[in-house]
This record gives sequence, structure tokens and C-alpha cells, in this order.
Amino acid sequence: MGIRLVGGRAIDPGSEFDEVCDVYIEDGLIVGLGRAPRGFRARREIVVEGLVIAPGLVDLGCHLREPGFEHKATIASESRAAVRGGVTLLCATPDTHPILDTPAVAEHIHQRASAARGARVKCIGALTVGLKGEVLAEMHALKAAGCVAISNLERTIEDTAVLKNAMAYAASAGLTIFLHSEDYWLGRQGYMHEGPTSTRLGIPGIPRAAEIIGLYRDLTLIADTGVRAHLCRITTGDALKSIAEARRAQLPVTADTSLINLLYTDEDVGGYDANFHVRPPLRAARDRTALKTGIKRGTLDAISAYHEPHDTDAKAAPFALTEAGASTLDTFLSTLLGLVAEGAFDLRTALRCASLAPNQILGLSGGRLCIHAPADLCVFDPTARWEVSARTLSSQGKNNPLTGISQIGRNQLTMVGGSIVFDALGKKRSA
Amino acid sequence: MRAGNLQLDSQGRLKHFLAIEGLSCDLLTQILDGAERFAPVGDRAVKKVPLLRGKTVANLFFEPSTRTRTTFDLAAKRLSADVLNLNIEASSAKKGESLGDTLRNLEAMQCDMFVVRHQTSGAAEFIARQVAPHISVINGGDGRHEHPTQAMLDAFTIRRLKRRFEGLTIAIVGDVAHSRVARSEIHAFRILGVPDIRVVGPKTLIPVGIEAMGVTVHHALEAGIKGADVVIMLRLQQERMQSGLLPSGHEYFREYGLTPTRLRLAAPDAIVMHPGPINRGVEIDSAVADGGQSVILQQVTNGIAVRMAVMAMVMGTQSLSQSKPTGGIDGD
Repeated sequence: MGIRLVGGRAIDPGSEFDEVCDVYIEDGLIVGLGRAPRGFRARREIVVEGLVIAPGLVDLGCHLREPGFEHKATIASESRAAVRGGVTLLCATPDTHPILDTPAVAEHIHQRASAARGARVKCIGALTVGLKGEVLAEMHALKAAGCVAISNLERTIEDTAVLKNAMAYAASAGLTIFLHSEDYWLGRQGYMHEGPTSTRLGIPGIPRAAEIIGLYRDLTLIADTGVRAHLCRITTGDALKSIAEARRAQLPVTADTSLINLLYTDEDVGGYDANFHVRPPLRAARDRTALKTGIKRGTLDAISAYHEPHDTDAKAAPFALTEAGASTLDTFLSTLLGLVAEGAFDLRTALRCASLAPNQILGLSGGRLCIHAPADLCVFDPTARWEVSARTLSSQGKNNPLTGISQIGRNQLTMVGGSIVFDALGKKRSA
Repeated sequence: MRAGNLQLDSQGRLKHFLAIEGLSCDLLTQILDGAERFAPVGDRAVKKVPLLRGKTVANLFFEPSTRTRTTFDLAAKRLSADVLNLNIEASSAKKGESLGDTLRNLEAMQCDMFVVRHQTSGAAEFIARQVAPHISVINGGDGRHEHPTQAMLDAFTIRRLKRRFEGLTIAIVGDVAHSRVARSEIHAFRILGVPDIRVVGPKTLIPVGIEAMGVTVHHALEAGIKGADVVIMLRLQQERMQSGLLPSGHEYFREYGLTPTRLRLAAPDAIVMHPGPINRGVEIDSAVADGGQSVILQQVTNGIAVRMAVMAMVMGTQSLSQSKPTGGIDGD
């Protein structure tokens, strides 16, 4: 007994497929597009005329805050917020307390996530014990516990020998390493992009060179060790040249940028608004333009939310004393659509970067809208208007820089593994 | 900058004094004129006017300071306000109290004005957004961002001695990167119409993109102060050597120290200023600091009048001279 989505515009970012047609779902999979498979019987028919059906979005670095920081967010709160926003897969970052450097923490997270009945949650294990950059974590054990990648996040490993060994070991364990490239010494005292705005505000800056030098080091060691690597949260235009070169040299690398870096620049920090305090920082306008071009040309594979929910106190201080990070899950889809509307790239590219490419980076089969693909879907109204406010945000973290700004495009229905986990249409139907 | 709006009330009057950036020439001139009227108070036998009688001013210093706190203290007392001096670095912050909680406690003590010094840029603006609507906030220096009363007292000193801002060349020499004084001065001088503002120092002490603030950058002292009408020397802190920005104080003095010989490159009637405290033999030669062109101590004296003017303005009593300053500025 299946589900039939009637009359929506179905888009598959993995092919040219973009048609108004019915979508048939059974046993967790897409079983028919346009035509019902033989013997299909719909348990439910949902009319989605005027809406877009697409694979669910993915956050490659979601700070779920549990265990350890439940005052900021919980697995339940954020995985539910995710499906409200059309996000069906979250990669949980290892900066929990305790740190996700043992299978026990991974198991705990997986259990909580399945109980929450929200988005799928996959764990990113810590690369080093306690994320301290000294001793390698038990990578084989983390992989066996279901970790899809390993990372030291933005906590740069100072000792290059440790990094090289970690990469080599990860390569032999068959794990993908997520790298946040930044030179430790150039980055450690800064809070925003170094430029005229940081000078005017008197906020210590992080120069572009911090990212470039970190990236050179990482790329050199990737070539040396052969580890499969994903470069996270690229912020500078200059980095794109090195990434393109690495691809030409056929290094096993992929790369993404954080959506917030496509939306804002360092000038947006101009009023000391702590919601714009993010790490790596918002860069200059020319970097933002280069990142958009990088997405269009495919130098950057993916766009991710990098959701970092915070409690109010974490942001209630002068800029440099606040914790870095923005709550972005709720506005992931609408801001992506906003970039499509302004002509930064087309809708297919947006969906490819936010759903198909992240799945491929993780070695998963999702991100497609085709027969036999997993039914992890979002159905959104591309014209629905809503305003971002503490009330409309589902995330427990209200530190969304778009607060007070009107959005166009809103998710209406989400399926994970063929089950409906969020349905705003049902309310409308019964209303 | 958003602070520009935050500082003004709905009628465009000064409600807080957080930053020079975003203020009008008219408003800065009002402050200077106000200070001119308050200056004689310090020369009288009874150095007091009753403008802020019954008001409570809290000096919140999250960072140590002698000069600024003392002159704010004196300014408030000469306006007849009750003054509360709080060295917060040594009290609440160390006990783990958050900034917001400290502020709410002081509000509960019914203060009318906070003078704030904090080591983090943007702190004064943050506090102004937090406080109850009847409280005015004056920035006594926030991180590397701004120190607006210092810039105003410098502008006041320059106006008194040079009688104008048009046509002046002003050189600011030294550690511009870490200086809130320099940033406030640059904004103030630009707004007041100074056509030629220069910053002078080694590349490690000149912040990236400062040209966007309307200054020219010089890395050689000689070229930087050539023909200058005003030379402002900034204090060089010891930690700049420890953090690898400079090799040594000796080398700094050899390249950037203001000596009588070098001062001769400036205009013949140039004045030398310094926000204090000075490091003799590091950024300035004693012969210059104590010489005839130095106006460093006048700056300190002027600081009281300027701070009185600002405090009176944010409390809405600045226009007393227009509305009968009886017993006020010119009284008895």
C-alpha cells in the first residue's frame, strides 16, 4: 500500500527530469513517476498541485548539541526542525560533550535520532581524541558504529605530523575526512574577515591567507596520503583556484560552502550583530561573487546549512565575546530559493548542491528523484511567503541572522524513508 | 553604522555617546561649543554647576584606567552629579556575573548614566541596547573601536589653538591598529572638515583597509609629518613587542620616535598631542613632550570640559545656555 503525490512538479537533480507528474511511493522507495507501477494501490493520495517535489536537503555539518549542550538544542528539537524545513538528512558534528570519539556516543545519537522520528541523522566521528589534535581516534570502531566521515571541525590541528598520520590512517580505514582548512596561527585571534570593516569596527580580523595556507597544507597532505577528503565551508575566492587545480590533478577531493557565505558579507557585521559571528567568517563581496561562480562551474560541489543553534546567552555579549555560529536549518530552503530567484544559479543546481552532491560525498544513494531511489522527499511551495521570527523558527536556536526578514518559499510536506514526517498540507486540508 | 541611529533620540538629540562615526558636523560643533562654555568653570574658586544635581552617574570600568576615569569623575562632580566608581574587572566579572546581570543590578540602583570602558569592541553599543530607556550611556573606550570623548577633547584642543579645521594637516603616528583613539579621531576630523589626515607607522601597526576611512597611509615618519599642523603621537604598549609586531622599543624610537629634529619637518607652528600616558623615549622624546609645542597637559584639562559638555547633552540639559543658565555655567 503506497502513497501517491498528485499533480506536483517533480525535479530530479541527478538527471534532466523536471515534469509535472504524479509520484508513487511504496516500501520506502520511489516506485513510479507519472505512471503507477503494476499492482500499485494507494493508501493515501495527496494533492500537491502548484508545489515542487524534490529530494530532501542535507546538512553536512549540523551541530545537534546533544549530548552535553541540551540548553542550546537537542537531537529531537533539531531533527524535527529539519523536516519542517525540508531537510531529510543531518550529519551530526562530533563537538558534543562527551566528544563523539567513541562508538558509545555515536550509538547514543543514533538511538535518540530514531526515537525523534525526524530527519535521518548520520554521525561524523572525531578525527582525534577529544578533538584535541594529539591522539588519533579509533577510526575503525567509529566507522563500524556508523560514522559516515571523520573530522576535527574548525579545531585546527597544529601539529602537521599528527594531521598527516590522521589522514593516512583514515585513508587505510576507508573513511572520508571532512576538513575545515585554516592556519592555526593566522586564525586564532580573529573574529571576522580582515578588511576595511574589521578595521572600522576594531574587531581583530582573520585574513584570507588563513584559509589559503590551511588549504595548501591540507591539499598537500591529501596528495601525499591519498585520503578521500571533503573541504568544508570554503569562504574565499582565492581558495577556489587551488581546489580547481587539485581536481585537475585528480586528487580525491570535494568541496562545499556554507549557505550563509553566499548570502552575506563582512559588511553585514557592521552593526556588531552577533548573529553574523560565524566561523569561518563572512568574507568580502568579491569572495561571495566568486563562491557563486564556483557553484555554477562545479568547483564547489555542495552548499550546506552548517546549522549551529545557540541559547540566547551565547549571543548576548559584545561581538567578540559571543559564541560563533548561526541557526540556519529553518531558512536553508527559502534562502536557497532566494539565490535562485536573484539568478545566482538555477533551481536544478541548487537542488543538486543541497541534496544530491552531499549524498554522493557521503557515499549514499539519496538525493535522486527516480525509480528505486529512497523516498526522502520534500514538497515545497515556491511562492509561499513567511517571515523569520523566534515564533516561526522551529529550531531551538533562535540565532538566525534572517530574523525579521521576509522569505519566499516554504516546505509543506516531508517524507523520510517513505513515511510522512511533516505535513503542513494536512492542516490546510482539514481547515 | 547603526550606532549612529542608536545614539540619537527621535528628535535627533544625543541620547547616548557611543561613537563619533555617524554623527553630524553640527552635533560635534555643539559639543565643542558646549565645552567652551564649561571650560571657565574649572578656573573658578567653586568649581561646580548644579546641572546634574540629583542625578547618579556610574563609571563602569571593565578595564583599568586612571586618566579617563578621573576626568569623567571630575566632570560629573563639577556638574553636581552623584558618582559611583565601579572597577568591574575586579568584582562581578571575576565572580562569573554576566554583563547583562551587572547592568540590571546597576539599573536597580537607579543610576541615570553609565560611563563605560570595556576591552571589547562594540561593548558600549551592546550596553546601550540593553539598558532601560531612561539611562544614557557614554563610551569611555571600547576595545579598538572608539573613544569618542578623547577625540572630542583633541578636536577641542585643536580648535582652540588653530581656530579652524579647514586647511589643516593632521598626522596620527604609531599603533593605529590597536587604537580606539585613532579611529575616533579620524572620524571626528573628517566630519569637522580636516582635508588631510595621515596615519603613520610600520605596516604591522596600520590596520588593513584603513584608507577606506579617508586617510592616507605613511610608513616613514619624516614623510608622514612633513608640513603637519598637528602631530598626534599614540601610546605604544609593551605587549606589541611581545606579540612580534615590533622588534624592540629602541628600534621603534629610532624610526618613529618624535624628536626635536624630526618635529622641525612639521609646520613651524605645529602642535604635538598625545592621549596619554606617554612613554618617554619610546614614542616621544622628553624634549618634545615637555617642549613649547607640546599641548599634552592642555588636552587633559580640556578633557574635563568636553566630558561635562557631553554628560550635560545626553542628560538633555545641554541647551541651558539658551534656556537661562541661571546659576549655571556663567552663574555666580
